[in-house]
Parts: sequence; C-alpha cells; structure tokens
Amino acid sequence: MRPDATMTVDQPTETSLVFTRRFKAPPPLVFEAFTTPALLRRWMIGPDGWAMTVCEVDLRAGGRFRYVWAKPGVPDMGMGGTFVEVDRPRRIVHRELFDADWTGGETTVTTALTADGDGTVMTLTVQYGSREARDGALATGMTSGMELGYARLDEVLAA
Amino acid sequence: MQLSGYEGAPSTRLDATFAALADPTRRALLARLIEGEASVTELAAPFEMSQPAISKHLKVLERAGLVTRGRDAQRRPVRVETKPLSEAAGWLDTYRRTLERRFERLDALLDELQTRPKRGVRRRPRRTPSA
Repeated sequence: MRPDATMTVDQPTETSLVFTRRFKAPPPLVFEAFTTPALLRRWMIGPDGWAMTVCEVDLRAGGRFRYVWAKPGVPDMGMGGTFVEVDRPRRIVHRELFDADWTGGETTVTTALTADGDGTVMTLTVQYGSREARDGALATGMTSGMELGYARLDEVLAA
Repeated sequence: MQLSGYEGAPSTRLDATFAALADPTRRALLARLIEGEASVTELAAPFEMSQPAISKHLKVLERAGLVTRGRDAQRRPVRVETKPLSEAAGWLDTYRRTLERRFERLDALLDELQTRPKRGVRRRPRRTPSA
C-alpha cells in the first residue's frame, strides 16, 4: 500500500526519523518545488505570521543553502547547510544545522522522490548525530511508548 | 531537520523536559510511576542499579518537573506530574501541524504549477493536471 497525503513518521534506527508523504505531482515538479527559491518561498514557511526572508540555494554537491524565517516581535530563525548529493529529480542529500542548534548538532537529510502513478512519494530521512539528539527531537514519541495514554501522541506517531 | 522550530527556541522548561526524557532508565521510571506512586526502594527493585543511581535519575526528573516527592519523611513517595508532558505534547503537535500546513501549501502550489505553468518555472511537457 502506498502512502497517501497523510504524513507518516517512522523510526527505522535509533538515530533517525523518516517522514513519508505523497504529492499529486510528478517527481520533476516536486524536485523543483524543493530546490527553487521562488517556489520554496511559497510553501516552506512556518505558521501564520512567519515569512521566509532569506532563501539561497546553490544546488550542487558541495553547494550551500541558507534559509531565514522572520516574524515581528520574535528573534529570526535561521538554518543552513551543504548539499552532499544532488540527483535530479530523484534524490537530494544535504547536511543542515539550525542556528539555534536544537537538534544536537548537524543532521544529514536525504530527500528521496519516487514516482507513484501520477504522483510522487517523498521519503525524508533525517539522520541525527546521536540517539540522544534524535530522542530529544522525538521526546514526546517516547512518552507515547510509555503508554501514558495521550491519544494525541499516538496520532502523531501512528498517523 | 528543516521543518521545525518555528515557535522560536523551545522554552527552558521544554528543554528540561526533553532532556529528562532522553534516557531509557528515566522513561522506564516514569512508565512505572504512571501506575502509581512508589518509594525509591520500590522503584530501584526492577533495575540493576543502585539506589543512589536511581536517585540521581529521579533528581533529573524532579528538576524537569516531571516528578515530585511526597512529604512522608520515611518513604518520600515519588509521583509523576503530567503537566510538563502535556506541554511537550503540545509542542510536538504544533511542530507536526506546521509540517502539515507546509505540505498542504506545497500541494496547492503543485496544483497551480500543473494547471497554469508560469514563466520562470522550469518548462515541462504539457500534462494532464492531476486532481
């Protein structure tokens, strides 16, 4: 069974998270949307009130990228990194780090785009530097594992 | 990953909660305490750890506000506090909603690109828009 538009979150190893989601467009177009600044600015934004103020992409192995988001009244949030592998339109591997480093060091992110009928299945694998870093990012998932009975958390992890 | 953190740096309290939860022993201790309060001796029993080691973990949980100690001078039972966990859950919920909203925006953008190709966007062969 192929994933639908619902995002799923998996933990295949102790140091990684995998997000899967289907889009109703072919891989070349999804690839464009993931790598073209003019398009990224249209969707890679935060909750209401946030705007993407910097979006620079040097799309080649060894090239760098830089994103900054801003919202009036709160500090800007920035992140950046380096592309490790660019295989249009199938695969992008990059290393990234938030300025605030809330992920416990650099993470390596692999974006894989697979044709699925008239759409694309995106598999986003985030490799953290350590189990602690991953667990920090997923702390509430572990509370679910403890069977605390937070139905909402089950939804978050099982959806 | 690149899809989170939009509420600004997580509060110190959330940092403490997440740090406290990032340890299997402490998660196991919390799981036990969900079933009901217990003394340090009772908590230590199923673990191959000394009571001082367990106490050390409990202090981390206590500092994060995840557990409190009772006043009974002899037993000082440990109880779980669910509020910080709820806050952490709320944070992840926000994070996931942010991610979903982004992808919904991307859905809309992809629809638009397929029905009305624009100049400046990479040229593609004309195709049937997917509904």
